[in-house]
Amino acid sequence: MTPPSSLLSIQVVYYLIGIVVMAIAWMSVRDTSNPKRYTTGLFWFLFGVGFLFGDAMIASLGKPLTYKILGVIVMLLALIAGSNLLGGGQHTAKSNQDKAALAARLKNKLFLPAIAIPLITVALTLGAKNWQIGDYFLLDQKNLTLACLTIACLVSVAYACMITGGTPLAAVQESRRLVDAMGWALILPLMLAMLGGVFVAAKTGQSIQTLVTMMINPDSKLALVVIYCVGMALFTMIMGNAFAAFPVMAAGIALPFLIVQHHANPAPLVAIGMLSGYCGTLMTPMAANFNIIPAALLELKDKYQVIKLQIPTAIAVLLCNITLMYFLV
Amino acid sequence: MDSSLWLALVGIPIIVAGFALRFNPLMVVIAAGLATGLAVGMDIGLLLETFGEKFMNSRQLASIMLILPIIALLEKYGLKEHAQSWVASIRSATTGRILMLYFVLRQFTCSLGLISLGGQAQTVRPLLFPMAEGAAMAKYGELPQALRDKIAAHAAACDNVALFFGEDIFIAFGAVLLMTGFLKENGISDVEPLMIGLWAIPTAICALIIHLLRLSWLDAQIAREVQTHQAGAAA
Repeated sequence: MTPPSSLLSIQVVYYLIGIVVMAIAWMSVRDTSNPKRYTTGLFWFLFGVGFLFGDAMIASLGKPLTYKILGVIVMLLALIAGSNLLGGGQHTAKSNQDKAALAARLKNKLFLPAIAIPLITVALTLGAKNWQIGDYFLLDQKNLTLACLTIACLVSVAYACMITGGTPLAAVQESRRLVDAMGWALILPLMLAMLGGVFVAAKTGQSIQTLVTMMINPDSKLALVVIYCVGMALFTMIMGNAFAAFPVMAAGIALPFLIVQHHANPAPLVAIGMLSGYCGTLMTPMAANFNIIPAALLELKDKYQVIKLQIPTAIAVLLCNITLMYFLV
Repeated sequence: MDSSLWLALVGIPIIVAGFALRFNPLMVVIAAGLATGLAVGMDIGLLLETFGEKFMNSRQLASIMLILPIIALLEKYGLKEHAQSWVASIRSATTGRILMLYFVLRQFTCSLGLISLGGQAQTVRPLLFPMAEGAAMAKYGELPQALRDKIAAHAAACDNVALFFGEDIFIAFGAVLLMTGFLKENGISDVEPLMIGLWAIPTAICALIIHLLRLSWLDAQIAREVQTHQAGAAA
């Protein structure tokens, strides 16, 4: 293995995530108020394995075997969640009066650690990319934002502990209130990225491209524009990601028919096409990071409520896109 | 027609049906992955390997696990309550106005590439939603659950819409580079990232107008829903 060329490499970030997840697993097992505490603990333990031991496993067992083991783990995670074996503890929240009293003592100081996370992340991304100590970069050059976010979180947790008198361990313990409420939703984004990988291996994109080109009437510019924009949105809804849909729709429709045949201007064609894909992102549970995670984070009863609320905006913007593209390109 | 063409699509109806029937999403995704892989003739070992590899390579998506403890700790010490009482002290603050202000700031900063300035775990849960909810609570007292959920969903949607239709203007953003790369690969080399970024502006303006319009109706909607709720409670 090549030595890390940065002090805060992506591996360190994964170890930190792994430590948090493993601590949550341990605390879940010990939480007697959770009727499913063993399976809940097992779930988070299995999830943490890839973060804490994944790279060491690759180094000692090789890639094929490690990936197979992790593949089995991923199936087990789905099985635990699917068999309804993932539970939560009884988290006795402080009464609102207590919290209001605490809030009155700390006042605006409470905002600072929360605001510090995005502010420090952005400041470091802009300013600290090239910081070096000796031959080492401070931050992982390929995963700059994630490295910056990690430092921001570390600074913020230290500051939060200082003003509240809490400890990092108490913070993790407290986070179980959120983690239990969010449950499987927390790992859905990784699962979906995995499914995207299977679609790539199975060449699902090419199949869709062939199907779409079969339905096309190449003479009508309006029909082409509609199929391209709506196709981008629909295919993005299936893949959960406009980046995956773009090459398929652009190579299938935009390039052969709109650019070559109708001499469309490429720059607005690709820009508005991609943004039509984003309209799809707003409407699909497959974009879990944007649509399902927030619903879980905000403890909504209906996990699809964010999507439902976004649909009117998404459809209106999609109609604008079709109109813009028809007249602009 | 080639039957293998259809086999690669087998995962799609599974996903649509699975989500529609509200099976556990993790199971639906695994089922779709297994079915797709097996249908195109991957053996189970190779399929498991693909699962594991993609899982390992998408670990960065779990970075929310680093943010949750901080938010949870601050909430234990009353962050939410303070955000609500702070907003209540600003007389002109309403739910709709707070969300509109956030939307405009978020879309503008995203267009400059400052994407990490917001986010569902970083700003929406700890700050934006408590403030949006607090503004309504200052006026109407405790809110009915359905209304609370509606405001929460609006806060989340606000961040998403502003992000999506702001970030593409920024020329160093991944999507813009993906597009120029695609055009270059296909022999169109005279399109600069700047041009693609500029052509994202018309849609960005449309999204801004459409979503602000929707948010501008929100305060009236809240007033109406509180009224119906109170009428329902009185009856």
